[in-house]
Amino acid sequence: MTSTETRSRPRWLYLMAAIVAIWMTAPPLVVIPMSFASERTLTFPPSGYSLRWYQEFFENPVWIDALKSSLLIGVLVMVISVVIGTLGAFAVVRGRFRGRGVLEMVGIAPLVVPIVVLGIGVYAMFLRWGLIGTVPGFVAAHCVLAVPYVMITVGSALRVVDGQLERAARVLGARPHRVFLRVTLPLIAPGMLAGGLFAFVTSFDEVVVSLFIVSPGLRTLPVEMYSSVTRDINPTIAAASTLILLVSTVLILVSTKFLFSDSANGRSKR
Amino acid sequence: MTVAVDTDLALELRGVSKQYPGTDTAAVSGVDLQIRRGEFVTFLGPSGSGKTTTLNMIAGFISPTAGEIVLHGRNIADLPPHQRNLGMVFQNYALFPHMSVWDNVAFPLVERKYPKDQIRERVRAALEMVNLTGFEKRRPRELSGGQQQRVALTRALVFDPPILLMDEPLSALDKKLRQRLQLEIKRVHREVGITFLFVTHDQEEAMALSDRVVVFDQGRIEQVGTPDELYRRPATRFVAEFLGDSNLIEGKLVERDGATALATPECQIPLPDWPGGREAPSGDEHCVMFRPEDVKVLPADDEGAACRGTVRDVVYLGSEQRVIVTTETGREVTVRTGGETTGIPGVGGTVGLRFSASNAWLIPTGG
Amino acid sequence: MLKLAQQTTRRLRGIHLAIPLLVLLVAFFAIPVLELVRRSFLDPDGALTLQSYGDFLGTPAYRTILFRTFFVAVVCTVTCLLFAYPYAYLMTLAGPRLRRALLVLVLLPFWTSLMVRTYAWLVLLQDTGPIKAVLAAIGLEQVHLIRNTTGVVIGMAQILLPFMVLPLYNNLQKIERSDLLAAQSMGATPVRAFWRVYFPQSLPGLFAGSVLVFILALGFYITPVILGSPQNSMMSQLIVRQVTERLDWASGGAMAVVLAVLTLVFVGLMSRVVNVQQAFGGTVDKK
Repeated sequence: MTSTETRSRPRWLYLMAAIVAIWMTAPPLVVIPMSFASERTLTFPPSGYSLRWYQEFFENPVWIDALKSSLLIGVLVMVISVVIGTLGAFAVVRGRFRGRGVLEMVGIAPLVVPIVVLGIGVYAMFLRWGLIGTVPGFVAAHCVLAVPYVMITVGSALRVVDGQLERAARVLGARPHRVFLRVTLPLIAPGMLAGGLFAFVTSFDEVVVSLFIVSPGLRTLPVEMYSSVTRDINPTIAAASTLILLVSTVLILVSTKFLFSDSANGRSKR
Repeated sequence: MTVAVDTDLALELRGVSKQYPGTDTAAVSGVDLQIRRGEFVTFLGPSGSGKTTTLNMIAGFISPTAGEIVLHGRNIADLPPHQRNLGMVFQNYALFPHMSVWDNVAFPLVERKYPKDQIRERVRAALEMVNLTGFEKRRPRELSGGQQQRVALTRALVFDPPILLMDEPLSALDKKLRQRLQLEIKRVHREVGITFLFVTHDQEEAMALSDRVVVFDQGRIEQVGTPDELYRRPATRFVAEFLGDSNLIEGKLVERDGATALATPECQIPLPDWPGGREAPSGDEHCVMFRPEDVKVLPADDEGAACRGTVRDVVYLGSEQRVIVTTETGREVTVRTGGETTGIPGVGGTVGLRFSASNAWLIPTGG
Repeated sequence: MLKLAQQTTRRLRGIHLAIPLLVLLVAFFAIPVLELVRRSFLDPDGALTLQSYGDFLGTPAYRTILFRTFFVAVVCTVTCLLFAYPYAYLMTLAGPRLRRALLVLVLLPFWTSLMVRTYAWLVLLQDTGPIKAVLAAIGLEQVHLIRNTTGVVIGMAQILLPFMVLPLYNNLQKIERSDLLAAQSMGATPVRAFWRVYFPQSLPGLFAGSVLVFILALGFYITPVILGSPQNSMMSQLIVRQVTERLDWASGGAMAVVLAVLTLVFVGLMSRVVNVQQAFGGTVDKK
């Protein structure tokens, strides 16, 4: 037992933590009941319950098309970002060239620059390039925002990989590409998985840049929600939100299983 | 293909050097060494002495700037590591954390494209030999330190390499475990009978394990010899000081009563049975080494004392004790005594010192 | 010659792996942003001018918006700090299970979609909403929580809190708690011991988190649009209005450049003290 002096936790600390807990959990806790409201209302809690907004969501082609577009774009962004970001992370961590540090900074620049700056710039260029309202346009713009996460997660996984393990594989008879396949890749796989999930979520959740490059023919789910909130708020957005919550919860559980399970991580970090 | 090969030799280094670009001093310079088949040889030296660099050149992780590395008659200096066919055990073992014990041990066989049934048979037999049957599916992290070492050794030996390299495999462990694993390494060496090349900075470990020890300092080999040779007949001051405790006493060699003696301002150390055959020119400054067990503490008024001093410290070490005595001129002499404490005064007391001449060793000049 | 060529190839080793990354960033990040910069220096006839910058800084209404953006960012930073410090401190004291729960809680905003959250705050903070009802019950009818800066800060700070908690927690967990006991054994009161021994050691994390939150707050768009009002708009809203409503690319571009440059100045300031990559990385790793 540690002495009480070192472990004393004043009550007000718990109070603060409780406030934070309510603050953090309030949004999802509000959205779920709202999605089951029986009337077209913004009042919380709703006066009656029904499934009509889910019906609306699944029967209205506007919402369903937006959901399909978002999923398609998200998956493409995930795959492309993982490839580009993993290669970039190798260049930054393992490369031997001048300007690696600069490359590292450039890699996370899209996270730092105000998002509307990117949105308007992309808008200007996409008008010229004819990429407005196209899947490739969305994927490219979202990749810019998603790749930095992959670089960070894969980069830190790569830094942890013990160079000695790769040397052991080499001296035990593995050719260079076999060393990569059998030792390096499995060890950075959790980082790639995490990066891929971030990439997907980043794309699936992206509003600002998307607002500039949508067309009536191609709209993503967050854009549809945005127009719903700004135009005619109806609880379909709550149904959509609940469905998104469901998807992201599943993603967390999957990633937690992979990221925190010791078998994937090789060695426990703590 | 091979010309005039000494079939007894496992590994030969000829003029092996490594100079990193942009540095003035070579990390390793002009290392010549011959290792016989079946020998247990240890590279010993402080960090930065070039022992690990040399090992890494043998393994193929570093390419030498000059020299040849000849393994069983073939120069392997230009081969990549995976073509050298060497077994290697790393510091902390470098077991693949994402693979089971079985997959770790099978790794070199799979990479060598052994047939599946042969892999199965070999891995099974190898694990059985080191008592790891039943642990096949475990991850390395789920094993004890001793079990991990056994997996690492098995993995490095399962493909019958001609030589096993070991890069400080025990340095991260506590003393008890280290001693136990040393015994196990020795046992494995006896059983497989191949050449072992071990690297360590721990001189006790080197002495305990090796047939021969190669002492490195500043990128060069200082001395090669059996542990006993190194301890009793160090070639240089560095070796004398690096291996075990030593009292290095400088003085003039003088003739006294028809016998040789070492004269310092405060001591006259008779060396009657000075080991013959060695030229010890009188009159010059010389450095003579006495190991602590070759010095005796006497009562201050003892006739046989070569000099007198004050006890500065007594360190109790269980079966023995170490007494540190400061002579009149401030020289420190370390004495190792047996269990008997009688006759040794406490700290501050005056004692006489007698040096046993039979094990005295003249450090060659320039060393 | 040969040696020089060898040296060059050696220096370039691995850079080819970054080619896809560089192509992506140049085409869809650098070129768009530079295009914005270019347009900011052009007048309607296509001649070079600094007119847009002059107009921006010379118009009081625009200056007000710039100052408001900074003000909101500072308020968000302070709010996050006030909640994050005790929270992170409790995390260092907690047992493994409570610590994990606290970590998951604070990471929730990362996993709840921005639109989901913003919509939820709209429901909660509106004048007919539940929080307003509670306030009215205790006699605070006059307080409005939405269409003003209060709502914007509540929404923004919620999103930003993890960016404060994680760098702070990373820092605090490294501080030896025995330092506090040592200080007390030498006669300091617990409070003095905290301020003189513990708090100074937490400054790097505090600084990293604060600058991170501040930088991110400067660029918010969706939250102020939905929870704020046009009368209380921030820089991002102004920039979008200039471009999409007035079609004034030069003016919008100039504002965007000013906002981006100010942000980068703070990033530069931060990078002198902490590793920016790590500050982001620390956040992402824990997500």
